[in-house]
Amino acid sequence: MKKIINDPNSVVHEMLNGLVTTSNHLKLLDNSTVIVRTDAPIPNKVGIVSGGGSGHEPAHAGYVGKGMLDAAVAGEVFTSPTPDQVFEAIKAVDTGNGVFLVIKNYTGDVLNFEMAAELAEAEGIQVEKVIVNDDVAVEDSSFTTGRRGIAGTIFVHKIAGAMAESGAPLQAVKQVAEKVVANVRSMGMALTPCTVPASGKPSFHLEENEMEIGIGIHGEPGIERKPIATAEAIATELTEKVLGDYDFSGEVAVMVNGLGSTPEMELHIINKKVQAILADRGITVYKTYVGEYMTALEMAGCSVTLLKLDDEIKQLLDAPSEAQAFRQ
Amino acid sequence: MEMHVQDAIQWFQKTNEKIQQNKDYLTSLDQPIGDGDHGINMARGFQEVEKKLKGAEYTVVSDVLKDVAMTLMSKVGGASGPLFGTAFLKMSMATKGAATIDIATLAKGLEAATEGIKQRGKATEQEKTMIDVWSPVAYHVKEATSIQSEVLKEVAKQAMDNTKDMMATKGRGAYFKEKSIGHIDAGAASTYYIFEALAETLKN
Repeated sequence: MKKIINDPNSVVHEMLNGLVTTSNHLKLLDNSTVIVRTDAPIPNKVGIVSGGGSGHEPAHAGYVGKGMLDAAVAGEVFTSPTPDQVFEAIKAVDTGNGVFLVIKNYTGDVLNFEMAAELAEAEGIQVEKVIVNDDVAVEDSSFTTGRRGIAGTIFVHKIAGAMAESGAPLQAVKQVAEKVVANVRSMGMALTPCTVPASGKPSFHLEENEMEIGIGIHGEPGIERKPIATAEAIATELTEKVLGDYDFSGEVAVMVNGLGSTPEMELHIINKKVQAILADRGITVYKTYVGEYMTALEMAGCSVTLLKLDDEIKQLLDAPSEAQAFRQ
Repeated sequence: MEMHVQDAIQWFQKTNEKIQQNKDYLTSLDQPIGDGDHGINMARGFQEVEKKLKGAEYTVVSDVLKDVAMTLMSKVGGASGPLFGTAFLKMSMATKGAATIDIATLAKGLEAATEGIKQRGKATEQEKTMIDVWSPVAYHVKEATSIQSEVLKEVAKQAMDNTKDMMATKGRGAYFKEKSIGHIDAGAASTYYIFEALAETLKN
């Protein structure tokens, strides 16, 4: 293992302490792994909380900011945060208007966030949630029952966040978040594995000439391992699979996401082909995001996400955001 | 049979001993069909439970159970943390206020714990999970007129062994479906240690 760290057991703690100094708008709650907006709780606003295992940076703390999340809870690397931490986040952002949880569909995340929701409800805080499952690659996997939640989660953060910022009530935030989940699909692929610092060893092995299609953001098995192909072939395979899963006719937003050690150059090359395929199908691209949004440590690879738009989603997608990883 | 605060504390001290002794074994059960950290996580959690109980004063058993629940929930992590946390939280709620626990109250507590795990994990019996130990033990205590330590232990052990031939359809093991047959479920094994410790505590 070759990593710029001090102690494998303190990576999350050290990261959060470093991260929080990069913005005057972020604070780290004492004795916690919770990053919160400094102005939270914001009066008359539904609080938005997300989180999950670490190792997916900039997810999730990078999405904390006006217009997106109020708080992000970090777990150990690739491990769900515990209910007490999520509960702390909920308490820190609630002003009596309720709190909305954005959860990626992994067994650990769902169990821990649901338990936190119950603890909050026991204290009279209203909590609603959405479970994101945008990955079309596989139905069940080593971390999940059902489909996994990957980069499409960022769109849920953005749109639920904008809705809450507009002053909408908890039920309206939930409704629009569910609409995003219903209209977003993703799929990824990898060229190399990644190494969890505490384990010290790569989580799987790919031959020099091999790639894996449909891989998860923790290295969970995908659909197929095969010899590496051109960017055009990879973009085609990912995009076609996403298009085959849902009717995207009309207008879409595109996200081409790097998994950690894929150069932006390659992401743009992928994006070029994605745009061509969509144009061929008569699908209009309203907005495109290329970069690292939901990574898997130092894995090389990418994912393609499509979000089908309507007027409401479009308007919320366009709303300003001060989150460090999604400033617009 | 009567369980006092001291017995409850002893129950979890004994559980901790067993989990620490069998940490590597539990992890090895988790390796073929899980992600190989069950023993490590449980050992960390129960160590903290022992610490927590040592540093506190209790007048009712339900408060002991509540602290066990909150500690496991925050220290075990993964899926096991909230599952065991829920179990003892529900047990605490079901036995609330009773200074000592008689067999009927214990039965009520175990039943509530089992239901709690089922709800939290959206699982039921015969799916190769910890429920396959919790449920038969809860049933046994409910039907029993007195607690026989050896019988209780045997019921729990048999239940754990039975998970070996089951196919996982829930939890992480589910991904491995047929491959999961032939291994004892790791969560069922740690649940067995919990009940083995209970049986030994009630014997004294």
